[in-house]
Amino acid sequence: MKIDRRSFLSLGIGGAAGIALSPLPWKLADDSAIWTQMWPWTPVPVDGEVTYVKSACTLCPGGCGILVRKVGNRAVKIEGMEGHPVNDGGICPLGLSGLQLLYGPTRVKAPLKRVGERGEGKWVKISWEEAITEVAKKLGDLREKGETDSAACISGSDKGTVPALFKRFLSVFGSPNFMRMPSIQDSYEIANNLSMGSAAQSGFDLEKADFILSFGSGLIEGWGSPVRMIRANSSWRKAGVKVVQVEPRLSNSAAKSDKWIPVNPGTEYALALGLAHVIIKESLYRTDFVQAGNPGFIRFRDVVLSNYSPESVEKITGVKKETIESLAADFAKSGKPVAICGRGHGRTQSSLGELMAVQALNALAGNIGKEGGVFAVSDPGYTSWPAYQADEIGSAGIKKERIDGAGIGKYASSKSLVNRFAGAVNAGSKINLLFVLESNPVYSLPDAKAVKDAFKKIPFIVSFSSFMDETASNSDLILPNHIYLERYEDVPASAGLSKPAVSLARPVVSPRFNTKHAGDVIMLLAKEMGSPVADAFPWDDYQACLEKTAGEGWKKLKEEGFSSDQAFAPQAVGISPGKFDLSGGIADLSALFAALNPEGDPKSYPLLLLPYDSLRMASGYIGAPPFVIKTVEDTVLKGKDILVEINPATARANGLSAGSYATLKTPKGSARVKINLFEGIMPGLVAMPRGLGHTAYDNYLAGKGINVNELVGTLEDPASGLDAAWGIRANLIKA
Amino acid sequence: MSKPDETTGISSDTDSAGAEVSSAEGVKNGQGDGAGGFIILFFIIGFVASLIIGWVVFPKLLYSQKTQPFDFNHALHLEAVSDGCESCHIFRDDGTYAGVPSNEQCIGCHEGVQGDSPDEKIFVDEYISKEREVPWFVYSKQPDCVFFSHAAHVKKAGMECVTCHGHIGESTSLRVYEENRITGYSRDIWGKNIAGVKRETWDRMKMDDCAECHEKEAGKRSSVQTDKEACFVCHK
Repeated sequence: MKIDRRSFLSLGIGGAAGIALSPLPWKLADDSAIWTQMWPWTPVPVDGEVTYVKSACTLCPGGCGILVRKVGNRAVKIEGMEGHPVNDGGICPLGLSGLQLLYGPTRVKAPLKRVGERGEGKWVKISWEEAITEVAKKLGDLREKGETDSAACISGSDKGTVPALFKRFLSVFGSPNFMRMPSIQDSYEIANNLSMGSAAQSGFDLEKADFILSFGSGLIEGWGSPVRMIRANSSWRKAGVKVVQVEPRLSNSAAKSDKWIPVNPGTEYALALGLAHVIIKESLYRTDFVQAGNPGFIRFRDVVLSNYSPESVEKITGVKKETIESLAADFAKSGKPVAICGRGHGRTQSSLGELMAVQALNALAGNIGKEGGVFAVSDPGYTSWPAYQADEIGSAGIKKERIDGAGIGKYASSKSLVNRFAGAVNAGSKINLLFVLESNPVYSLPDAKAVKDAFKKIPFIVSFSSFMDETASNSDLILPNHIYLERYEDVPASAGLSKPAVSLARPVVSPRFNTKHAGDVIMLLAKEMGSPVADAFPWDDYQACLEKTAGEGWKKLKEEGFSSDQAFAPQAVGISPGKFDLSGGIADLSALFAALNPEGDPKSYPLLLLPYDSLRMASGYIGAPPFVIKTVEDTVLKGKDILVEINPATARANGLSAGSYATLKTPKGSARVKINLFEGIMPGLVAMPRGLGHTAYDNYLAGKGINVNELVGTLEDPASGLDAAWGIRANLIKA
Repeated sequence: MSKPDETTGISSDTDSAGAEVSSAEGVKNGQGDGAGGFIILFFIIGFVASLIIGWVVFPKLLYSQKTQPFDFNHALHLEAVSDGCESCHIFRDDGTYAGVPSNEQCIGCHEGVQGDSPDEKIFVDEYISKEREVPWFVYSKQPDCVFFSHAAHVKKAGMECVTCHGHIGESTSLRVYEENRITGYSRDIWGKNIAGVKRETWDRMKMDDCAECHEKEAGKRSSVQTDKEACFVCHK
């Protein structure tokens, strides 16, 4: 008897038989199958009660109402609010992606104080008390030195209570320097002021218009309130409303229009005047606002009839004389034609000449202040607070000249000219303290280098940004605001609506980080400053201020999420017949209607660079979240390379081919770009998208492409001080 | 034994056939010298040992034992409420089932400590007053890929809670929660019996158990749960 190899074999066989008769293999097989469904990276939705919170979107001036779906305490989806007067259930790609801003990695989580060099990215967390004391001390120093007017604020908007609180703070403190980021409404305000006597913004009853003449406005690409515009476009299609797009490149809006009229860039004003010429000459105009004996009309008529015949306009614009004649007749013979301007998203200004020319068309068509027409819409009056008592220092400060010059002298008609801010600071005007609210000027103002230089000259910059954006990273102190999904705020829809509403943004989730409402911060700052600044803020906190301000409308705002009550609705400015001054009272109309040459020497820069906007790109304060950036075509952004659009003819002339690299040079800078050939752009032009080339935000956005604002500059309109730059001279050199 | 020929499969076959013959001979020979006893003994040792491993050791290794944050007396609470299980395990206004109650529901009675139970004290001190939800281990939690509607079963079909959950409502303390180390799920899904033997309807909560009832209810009729596209009724 011995133990041998066979005994062990037998042990193994016995073991196998035993295992097979136990549950082990079957249970393991089952568990392994479940295990494969349980990878740790598999996204698992949270469990909990499903609720919806009514709120408002603040990511653009569109003012849409939103409905946020929550599971438990987690916001899981943003939808458009049904029945909302602006978007009625619709939502745009940026609005839809808002949760990535809420839960994304770019939030500023606590008040931060810079410790390294500015822009180096070295911060230390401080308490809110320390932060407010520090700012109050800087402001106190300015008051002691009598330099209160060297404090300034750049805000994304000047509508609603939060910007109003900041403006009030500066005013009582003694500074007139509250500026808002540029938009086409800056230009409309001046034009309306001159022609109708009211510095109101313009609203358009586009849904009821029956002929749309757009001078470069991205009708379905984010101009005005994007969701509303896309809906209006659908209604035009159904009703057979004619849409004519005047633009040097075949944008999506141009592609979807009934007629695309490519025009030499910057000569849109001349085309409008050419149309006016035909309308006046053929007596096609309506006399509702334009009366033959009116001196303004006579001066306008004389200039237009002598200088802007279809033949001359053809030479300036490149648009055929026959096209001008037929377009003028179509426009004037329509029942409710509307002409609009503001390039792309309408977040840039245009020259006063262009505005006056386009508004003249609306006046000639008799379509002002009427259904289906153009309205001058003044700000809603609900933020009228009791007057404050400033002391001597404050009263002296507020009387000083604004740093951007707005409001006096040749800039008398304008409220804010933030485009002149960087130039003024660089030329030696003193700004010692700058608040930056809901805006990202370092990224989104043109001539980025000048803006950066100006920022370097400002000793103390306080950013209220919720995100570590370009401006926040170039500041000294960040006092992070709650993001819109965490805070109460009134959101007046302002972007080109004729009958706007005010919506209420409200906390969908409780603040995720140690952030504070900017409205509360400015009030705490006022309290810290003591009398008289503190006395101008009689509210306990921001919410109390908002409820008090909304008054009886608060209940409705809270219940329905929006209000279009009389108290909230901006008032359309009445204009009596014959009172539209086509000349705007401007003495030299020939100078007003003059082409502004883009910056640069045509010999060294034979091409023209045109920035353009797209619905798939956010170009304002908010950087495009990952969902949005993912929708950008690879003819715009490929990997980290930005593609510029040029006509194949331009490519041949410069020895370039599709997909090749080139150096794009402008008087402001140069960048390496990739070439995308596009038949839909006029030869001699280079088009580059806005919204790329961020250095801040997350890895999905930062380092991709080029910020076109680094390549373009500003061009001051001599008639108004507005930024009239629509592009810049450029050159493409094969790399 | 011949040398294995590595060139052709055929000769290997022949080889192994030869090996079988020789081992058969070996067994025959072995009986003669008593080796057969060891072979049987070793077989039995292997058999028994692996049965012990499979039936006793394996389940112990597979499940980790977790104690609940504190103990809970279902029976006591059931006496105090008027609407049975649904008093605390509520259906929300929109018809969805809330599952394990959240603090919001408990706070009505337990804002402060009421009795002298140390468990209640833990609940009030550690969770209610600190506004933290209790991280209960849920015995009946299904994998995330399973969609189950309590409303359809309880409200529409009128099923009793006990059919699937057993008599937990009568328990005076919480069992130890056993977590499957591989899947991360509760032992109750597979069932306490490691072989999967089921005596009562609430013994297991696997897909077959859903199917068993659905087939019985549906009979020969077709139903959304037994039709061709039935997968997506529960696995959304």
